[in-house]
Amino acid sequence: MAKDGGFSCLRRSEMIGIGIGELESPPLDSDQVHVLAVDDSLLDRIVIERLLRITSCKVTAVDSGWRALEFLGLDDKKAAVEFDRLKVDLIITDYCMPGMTGYELLKKIKESTSFKEVPVVIMSSENVITRIDRCLEEGAEDFLLKPVKLADVKRLRNYLTKDVKVAADGNKRKLTTPPPPPLSSTSSMESLDSTVESSLSLVVDDDSLIMSPESSTSPVNSPMKRLDS
Amino acid sequence: MDALISQLQRQFRDYTISLYQQGFLDDQFTELKKLQDDGSPDFVAEVLTLFFEDCVKLISNMARSLDKTTGAVDFSQVGASVHQLKGSSSSVGAKRVKALCVSFKEYCEAKNYEGCVRCLQQVDIEYKALKTKLQDMFNLEKQIIQAGGRVPQVDIN
Repeated sequence: MAKDGGFSCLRRSEMIGIGIGELESPPLDSDQVHVLAVDDSLLDRIVIERLLRITSCKVTAVDSGWRALEFLGLDDKKAAVEFDRLKVDLIITDYCMPGMTGYELLKKIKESTSFKEVPVVIMSSENVITRIDRCLEEGAEDFLLKPVKLADVKRLRNYLTKDVKVAADGNKRKLTTPPPPPLSSTSSMESLDSTVESSLSLVVDDDSLIMSPESSTSPVNSPMKRLDS
Repeated sequence: MDALISQLQRQFRDYTISLYQQGFLDDQFTELKKLQDDGSPDFVAEVLTLFFEDCVKLISNMARSLDKTTGAVDFSQVGASVHQLKGSSSSVGAKRVKALCVSFKEYCEAKNYEGCVRCLQQVDIEYKALKTKLQDMFNLEKQIIQAGGRVPQVDIN
């Protein structure tokens, strides 16, 4: 417990590290999931970083879309030398950011050759159906409503681990996972008039290579492309 | 010592519950507590410290943007700061501050100067009130630990 009743900021240097633009966790263990988190709010970066670390992810947190591209080597200043394949298993980004929005970042990632297979999750404080649609159409894996909760991150983590292990074999098919908890699976694309509770998820049934019934009304382009490649 | 610990724990529990009941905190604060453990025992306090620093900075920005003496008020500038404060307050579970930001944002969009100024004053009062309440809550936690006890998990529901 902090000595002054709770408001001294311990581990300041770590927080400053996040503030500058990058927070690195201890060296990556090859089985460990590595997440790139993008958010212009320092406070939100700290919270998401903690949420992810608690679910055993290694996290790199950056404060803008440009820094994210820089980290991924997708910016214009990309070095001619190809460094070791940067292992990023998930990118989670805020939607509303100055300069480059999460949507624009999503597009750039999906346009890249090295990272278009990496699942991208968008976070937003605003529950705008058109925004959610646009992101999912562009290939976003999921859309989380802020404030993000531990249950949201755990859910991401669960389907991600299976992806990572399967992908490591060179096979990009997603394993069939148990259905997500009722909260998100019933907030389907069909019920566009109702409030999206916390997040939407696209569950792809691997055996039949079709979208699961809940999401059949959504554009199916992006997830299908992933399966085909 | 045990009697003291029990008493302090009871006080802490009652106080915490009252903060939720009075609308100071919502369940996002509960979520933050889930992220605290023996390895990160001060996580909540650290995040709230950041939040209050944010409040000071953003409110100062808003005040500057609402200052008519420097020219016409740029409501989008005010709105940008309000949006940020709304985000932070939402992330920490500062329920009243967040609710004020929602109204504040509407006044910005309506370019309602008096409304904005009122909200600015209220937001200033509200974050300070929350800070005092949380300081009291953290002090209770400290007392429990110093008495050799553990801070109880408080079930809000």
